[in-house]
Amino acid sequence: MSRAEILESTDAAVAGIEDESTILVGGFGLAGMPFDLIDALIRQGAKDLTIVSNNAGNGDVGLAALLAAGRVRKVLCSFPRQADSWVFDGLYRAGKIELEVVPQGNLAERMRAAGAGIGAFYCPTAVGTPLAEGKEEREIDGRKYLLEYPIKGDYALIGAHIADALGNLVYRKTARNFGPVMATAATTTIVQVDEVVEPGKLDPEAVVTPSIYVDRIVQVEARHYTVQGAR
Amino acid sequence: MTTTPSDQVRADHQLSMDELAAVIARDIPAGSFVNLGIGQPTRIADHLPADSGVVLHTENGMLNMGPKAEGDAVDPDLTNAGKVPVTELPGAAYFHHADSFAKMRGGHLDVCVLGAYQVAFDGDLANWTTGKPEDIPAVGGAMDLAIGAKDVYVMMTLFTRSGEPKLVPRCGYPLTGVGCVSRVYTDHGVFDVGPDGVRIRETYGVSAHEIAERLGIQLS
Repeated sequence: MSRAEILESTDAAVAGIEDESTILVGGFGLAGMPFDLIDALIRQGAKDLTIVSNNAGNGDVGLAALLAAGRVRKVLCSFPRQADSWVFDGLYRAGKIELEVVPQGNLAERMRAAGAGIGAFYCPTAVGTPLAEGKEEREIDGRKYLLEYPIKGDYALIGAHIADALGNLVYRKTARNFGPVMATAATTTIVQVDEVVEPGKLDPEAVVTPSIYVDRIVQVEARHYTVQGAR
Repeated sequence: MTTTPSDQVRADHQLSMDELAAVIARDIPAGSFVNLGIGQPTRIADHLPADSGVVLHTENGMLNMGPKAEGDAVDPDLTNAGKVPVTELPGAAYFHHADSFAKMRGGHLDVCVLGAYQVAFDGDLANWTTGKPEDIPAVGGAMDLAIGAKDVYVMMTLFTRSGEPKLVPRCGYPLTGVGCVSRVYTDHGVFDVGPDGVRIRETYGVSAHEIAERLGIQLS
């Protein structure tokens, strides 16, 4: 992949996303959620999307707004039901959205596998549970495992803290969450950051996502929300 | 199933969830790496002695998590697994999700404490969905934690509001993990569970014989 482009607007950053794309959306709850890229995607109009994200939207912002706009056909996530997931809950109960529940660690590892060129892997999570249904089980050294396949995205939309102009990224605190994994697992990785700096300004020892994984960068005004009703 | 009648009543009353949290905190070995599940188990952090050296892991990507953040300390980029704003302690470390869950599956986490709908005498755990059609299934990290930590403790009330036991011969709710729980802390007492069956460790405000009778445990 050629070097990352720095774009002037979020609209330019999400240009070309096709209908029926699979999009990996970063964030855990609202920490690390790429709000501005999602707003731009809503304006862009792509529909029948499959979204891979930890949650299925919080409140009325970010992923919840994309769901409310009716652009999402299916959600793969670990934890859709939350105190403030009313948008998803309504669509799900009305039969207007498909849900595939994936254990949180498997969601991360399946994307990691996609980004690392692993064809499939055996994982002990969910053995003997309803989520093992349809999966190959194998015993290795006396322990049972399930065969898990990679999850690859056409696009990843992630939020990071600072990028340099080459596309190296650093994150902030637990807003890092899925960003570094998703960045590796998509054909095109699009990142919104609070700040873009010149190459050399980031400590190479501290870079979390190296530029090779990043395709498009846009700088936006930082927006933060906390999840309502969290406990 | 077998059990040893340790008919000692350690408290003359059923424990409140805070008292139970203190009991669990007492039992967590000093220096352990520990994950506290969403809900009641988060209370345990308030009872860990300052010099315990226990390092808290939160699966959204942090070690050495501090207490809940209040006022100006609230930072939306810093939350626990329940998405509650928290703080960092000196020596904290951040990491991405694949690394975070590798810490569980890889056997690096010493203890996790989870809530539960039901636990079976053999250690099966049901804590993610009731399986009812109106219940939107949501698993989060529960299945990863259940099979990941070296010791999985459950913290729960022993009975439902309608008086049904939650420590049962066989789980009726969909499973989270098979044979994964080693100890169950409840308001009425503490139990060891596993391949050898259930054993009553201590009881609160009730005798082991009474508890055994209500749960259908045969005292040997």
